Amino acid sequence: MEVTTQEFKHCDLIAVKGRVDSSTAPQFTKELEKATNNGRYKIVLDMSELEYMSSAGFRALLATQRNCKRYNRGEVVLARVPDRIREALELAGFTELFKTFDDTTEAVGSL
Amino acid sequence: MPSINYPARFEFLDEIRDMVADVARAGGFSEKTIYSLQLAADEAATNIIEHAYAGVKNASFSVTCEMQGDKIIIVMHDNGKSFDSSAVKEPNLKADLAKRQIGGLGVYLMRKLMDSVHYESSKSGNVLTMTKRRE
Repeated sequence: MEVTTQEFKHCDLIAVKGRVDSSTAPQFTKELEKATNNGRYKIVLDMSELEYMSSAGFRALLATQRNCKRYNRGEVVLARVPDRIREALELAGFTELFKTFDDTTEAVGSL
Repeated sequence: MPSINYPARFEFLDEIRDMVADVARAGGFSEKTIYSLQLAADEAATNIIEHAYAGVKNASFSVTCEMQGDKIIIVMHDNGKSFDSSAVKEPNLKADLAKRQIGGLGVYLMRKLMDSVHYESSKSGNVLTMTKRRE
């Protein structure tokens, strides 16, 4: 798994590549916390190169969304979610907790 | 019938998912279903490592994966703490962000993704059997 962060003035664009499972989820969580610990609560997560995500990754997403939405200070939105991962997120009822966008520019503009 | 013993460590989840994918691909499953099978196997193995073997060092469990006709059968056998998956409540998928529970999601996904999930605990250990028919 690989995470790269691009800081815009008003939000962070975080791209996650590869596989997020129970083995890599702690590192994924740490990368997300880097943003929130810096007071960056508006986050676009680009998932276009994500190959796999288990419920361990969903857990990290949920914790980050809770943290970001606290005091209405921000939000995590998902961009370019691969079909298989979107289906699993839907099954888990997660698509109701995250806005999703087919385009990262649109996602960045939404925050 | 490939049966492999894996150390109860998360680093081996990749290999377990690969093993399931190889058998499913040879058995003619679609790539979409193969992803579901990998996810179910990952969640099952994660539960064994996280719960059955919580705090246990140098533990291992076996994974057997085979086709029987048009059905794939995944069996995981561990000697850890038993775990009554029927006691796991279905997560409330309509709960709002603040009330959303993540516990039980793995078991829920396994049940949704597979045709059958059966768990049995005895003196010789815990056996989880999951099956799915080719579409």
